[in-house]
Amino acid sequence: MFPRLVYESFRHQARRKLLAGIAITLGVAVATATIAVATDIGDKINRELRSYGANLVVSPQEDTLDVEVGGINLKPPSDGTFLNEADLPKIRGMFWHNNIVGFSPMLPVTVMVGRGNAEAKQVTLVGTYFNKAITFGKETVTTGVKITNPWWNVSCGDGASSRPDQAKAQSRACNWPSDDSENILIGEHLAPKLAKHPGETLDVDGRQLTISGILSTGGAEDDQIVAPLALVQQIIAKPGAVRRVYVSALTKPQDALAVQNPKTMTPEVRDRWYCSPYVQSIAYQLEEAIPHSHAEQIRQVAQNEGTVLSRIKGLMLLITFAALFASALAVSAAMATAIFERRVEVGLMKALGAGSVAVSAIFFAEAFLLAIVGGIIGFSAGALLARQIGRSIFNSQISIQPVLFPIILAIAVIVTFAGSAAAIRRAVKFDPVFALRGEG
Amino acid sequence: MSTVPATFCNPKEIAERRARSSPPKISMFTRMFFRAAILRRRRAASALLAMVVAAAVATAMMNLYVDVQAKLRGEFRNYGANVVIVAKEGQSLPADAVAKIESLMGAKILAVPFSYAVARTKVGHSVVVVGTDFSLARRLNSWWKVSQWPDAPNQALVGLRAAGIVTPDSSSNRQPFELTFQGKPIQLTPAGVLQTGAGEDSRIYLDQTSFQNWTGITPSTIEVAASGTTVEVESQIRQLAQLLPTADVRPIRQIIEGEANVLNKTRATLYAAAALIILTSSLCVLATLMGWVFDRRRDFALMKALGASERLVNGFFAAEAAALGAVGAVTGFFIGIGIAVWIGHANFHATVVPRFGVFPYILIGSVVVALVAAILPITMLRRVQPAIILRGE
Repeated sequence: MFPRLVYESFRHQARRKLLAGIAITLGVAVATATIAVATDIGDKINRELRSYGANLVVSPQEDTLDVEVGGINLKPPSDGTFLNEADLPKIRGMFWHNNIVGFSPMLPVTVMVGRGNAEAKQVTLVGTYFNKAITFGKETVTTGVKITNPWWNVSCGDGASSRPDQAKAQSRACNWPSDDSENILIGEHLAPKLAKHPGETLDVDGRQLTISGILSTGGAEDDQIVAPLALVQQIIAKPGAVRRVYVSALTKPQDALAVQNPKTMTPEVRDRWYCSPYVQSIAYQLEEAIPHSHAEQIRQVAQNEGTVLSRIKGLMLLITFAALFASALAVSAAMATAIFERRVEVGLMKALGAGSVAVSAIFFAEAFLLAIVGGIIGFSAGALLARQIGRSIFNSQISIQPVLFPIILAIAVIVTFAGSAAAIRRAVKFDPVFALRGEG
Repeated sequence: MSTVPATFCNPKEIAERRARSSPPKISMFTRMFFRAAILRRRRAASALLAMVVAAAVATAMMNLYVDVQAKLRGEFRNYGANVVIVAKEGQSLPADAVAKIESLMGAKILAVPFSYAVARTKVGHSVVVVGTDFSLARRLNSWWKVSQWPDAPNQALVGLRAAGIVTPDSSSNRQPFELTFQGKPIQLTPAGVLQTGAGEDSRIYLDQTSFQNWTGITPSTIEVAASGTTVEVESQIRQLAQLLPTADVRPIRQIIEGEANVLNKTRATLYAAAALIILTSSLCVLATLMGWVFDRRRDFALMKALGASERLVNGFFAAEAAALGAVGAVTGFFIGIGIAVWIGHANFHATVVPRFGVFPYILIGSVVVALVAAILPITMLRRVQPAIILRGE
């Protein structure tokens, strides 16, 4: 009798069930989508924060002072020690290597440009990777300033575009140099001083190098020349030399554990510290990976991203609560309305001798069925919605944790029950005589 | 017969009494209006509650959507300067450049002067010495890790790596040291150690007055933290360029583009979440209100049976729904402002300024949702004969 009552109720009151079902489905979909976005937003924003550039710098242990004013390096090139370029792929072998978004070695040297010319000039030449394939073990990854410094921009410079006859010829030339070429980029403030344009050659310490583009960074590089690392190593005759490595890593906002000194930790705490992607522990692991190195966080980037990240995460958490609250309310409202409309039915059942428990059981069973069906459809719709949000906003997938499914389903059932409970209680308490006479 | 007062039969009197006791037609309308709310206060209250909650959530989301961006921009200013002013080749910045900038822009921006010189230590190492205003630099570069800020002339803030050069043997780092610039010596006391992980670690910072007395060099670079939207920052850059014709005003693209990138993504996420939440709460209102109106089909039928015109009945229900929407919107608006202020306080530790500008949107939105919720069931009921409803079928 009980299953038949429930079945008939769904068959004959399809419209009302549909309304409540739609409310549950939509509520669950919104809840799923916001939970999925909120659990993933930390990772997504962390990646976006990498557009601020490297947050770690690795330098030789016995490094001398930088003597640099306004982008001009005043230190003699032979001065100081270097890191070995051959050690760099070891970064990919670190514990947290999956958190390393990219790294760029830098080798700044001072060179004379335009030799034999009265206007010979001392300029800083920086050797780096642009987009170089690095092989460690079996895997190959590309890294370089195109990844770590996304605000670097290569163009033909303003002068080129104002001269259309030349612009056409130059448009082919204005590009990032390849890492094994002898092509260079010159900073946008340096280019007018040297009166050079892309496609022309520049005399750098006696070598004729082709300018492949004008580099605009808004930083010190605007007054410098940037070239492939191998070329700069050849110029100063120090193969494999690297002055610094800038590392861009995904990190966890720092907390009390992060700032402890690893040397004074107990082994247990140290393991926990080592296995958390704090900027400090990644710096520690970089020092382990690269011999004779000193790794340090770049505080401007590293310190601030934690605050920004925790603010955005906190905000999304609060919004998720708001979404859950709104969905819960919508579901309860729909359920309450659906049950309130059925007082006559309750009256009839009670007049025929059904107890409060039996009547409530029928309603709860119906609510449970609705919640399960609405929950499953809503979860799928919410997962699709989250994917759509991930793709359109972050250009990447938002992964739905499978563990979310039973949780969402449980929440749907609980919320539906809670929403129906008050209405069911009122319906059961209602005097059958009034209900049947239609006075409610 | 004489028991009946003569005045009763006086038609004039009757007319007068009628005029007094029976209110005009509009009054009947208002009376029904309020009686409906009072007699069925439970149903009315639950409909109103749904309305209030939806309006509150919508208000909070709209407030946050506008305000969070401003708050996040504030957080992003912790990244320091986003504009740098340097003297053009062969020219120098005017001596009163910072004062000029401050008088033009006021509190909207923070401008910090820096002057650079290369000095030699006793043993002949070259080291970059920077003159600046410590109180301003401290506000601009909040990420600087400083053991103690200098507070007296000739006290220096020594970068971590520079400290190893100038005071190599002292464990406390408080030993005075000597630097020479073009033959002019100066005796400096290290006040604290500066750690940033970048170029600052190799430098020694001095207050501008001591620096200028020693080297005679005036500031060559001004770092500026301009706040506001991208458009506002761009206009501030243009103003600065006009103010200082001898200088190059350059945006620091690393900071500006990074900020724009993160902010755009956050805004888009927030927008999507807000839209979803507002949609869900509207749905909640729709469900509750439809139930409420549907539940009153007897009133509807009775009014029609008593000869009320279709227009009057529709108008009555519509007016009721609109009133419910308006009351819900006003109450919800203030609750929503409260929620937004609380979220701002909990997440950003700062007060959220209530945006009263969103009120019209909330009001119109609430009334529209309420009207839709009322009209849908009425159109459904219109097809049904009043007699059938009254018989309870």
